[in-house]
Amino acid sequence: MRLVDQFERGLDAPICLTWELTYACNLACAHCLSSSGRRDPRELSTVEAKAVVDELERMQVFYVNIGGGEPTVRPDFWELVDYATAHKVGVKFSTNGVRITPSVAERLAASDYVDVQISLDGATAEVNDAVRGTGSYATALRAMDNLHAAGMRGFKISVVCTRHNVDQLDAFAALADRFGAQLRLTRLRPSGRGADVWDQLHLLPGQQKQLYDWLVEHGEGVLTGDSFFHLAAYGSALPGLNLCGAGRVVCLIDPVGDVYACPFAIHENFLAGNVRSPGGFAGVWRTSQLFRSLREPQSAGACGSCGAYDACRGGCMAAKFFTGLPLDGPDPECVVGHGATALSTVDRLGAPRPAGDHSHAGGVRGGPVPVTIGRRPPPHACDESPLAGIGAGA
Amino acid sequence: MPAAGPAGFDLERRYALHPQVAVRPEPFGALLYHFGTRRLSFLKDPRLLQVVRGLADAPSAHAACTAAGVTEAELARLARALATLAETDMLEVA
Repeated sequence: MRLVDQFERGLDAPICLTWELTYACNLACAHCLSSSGRRDPRELSTVEAKAVVDELERMQVFYVNIGGGEPTVRPDFWELVDYATAHKVGVKFSTNGVRITPSVAERLAASDYVDVQISLDGATAEVNDAVRGTGSYATALRAMDNLHAAGMRGFKISVVCTRHNVDQLDAFAALADRFGAQLRLTRLRPSGRGADVWDQLHLLPGQQKQLYDWLVEHGEGVLTGDSFFHLAAYGSALPGLNLCGAGRVVCLIDPVGDVYACPFAIHENFLAGNVRSPGGFAGVWRTSQLFRSLREPQSAGACGSCGAYDACRGGCMAAKFFTGLPLDGPDPECVVGHGATALSTVDRLGAPRPAGDHSHAGGVRGGPVPVTIGRRPPPHACDESPLAGIGAGA
Repeated sequence: MPAAGPAGFDLERRYALHPQVAVRPEPFGALLYHFGTRRLSFLKDPRLLQVVRGLADAPSAHAACTAAGVTEAELARLARALATLAETDMLEVA
């Protein structure tokens, strides 16, 4: 059996997972996958978070990708990082750079077990700040400067590819070289607030090919987090596993302990349980009905007759779900063009809405300005009930 | 001569897992993770896992293979896999 088939059947423990520590964030990025902004009062306590680390150690999950929100604004952030690494759970955390001072950078440079990922969505302030907010480029560059000066090598610059920055790939690579960093490119998903801006920001068909060619040319030197396996339909597969690992080899633990199939699928349909339930995280991972069903052979559905299916595997589940497409059909960005056809016939306004909005009511100062009127009602009217999610999976 | 293995790796030397590498057994073999390089590797063969685990206690990689029941016919394939692990610092000369 091929390794990829083994992975599609799921493993007893994830290979790695995303753990969002808080919904609090100083920024209000237009495309935030977790609709972050305000802290949720139900977020895991320090003690609860440490218990999750204990479980991950027992399950031999080698590392976690910590994100948020902006994880470094949690007062116990460094305590949790130290606890994880002391328990053989490596940490890679994503940050907008706001707390990466010279002294923090020195501390990071001294640790083998902690890696940093600076989010940057434009190689220039103009392109970046339009999505991430005024001043966010300067903040990220200052953080990178501090890391570089402290001797931290190989940290990641993480870019969500959009139609406005796809022409800057060489400039991103040059930035990474300048700071001794490694470039990581990921796919924009219509998740969280990304659902509202996806139509304006996602790559145009010609740009997808442009990105694919660039990735093929740069090979393993550029990381992609297995983001672009739908592009494999252009020809050869990109480096990586090239499969959807949701609920099979990866998952998300959100700030309140809810376990979702993947970081881009914060919606009750992809909620497997909560780490606060009696079986803990391991119980959710091993016994949730949702995860069990994701580990069953999936139907190719409408893609079954397409010659590219073996390469792209139908693409990204979350991208289909939040654009209103059926899960057993083409990805909205299907490179053969089936996605565009499907999108033109589906009821886009009837697409499921991402759950758990923690956006700042009224935005933040210098925050990105929507370029079009979104489908979203005013934030306060669309906040979830404070009781939403409580008891789920318990 | 397959026993020589690919360049840089010598079957007749003694190797061991790098101290920063963790091993997680899986039905297909094992996952290896190097905390220093942050690289993940897959051992796609339970036999290879057996060899890797026996490396430190054997006088040579070749001996570790023999101890794990690797036949001469299988040796070249196993040596290639070990060489890849050595190239990516998962193994080091002991």
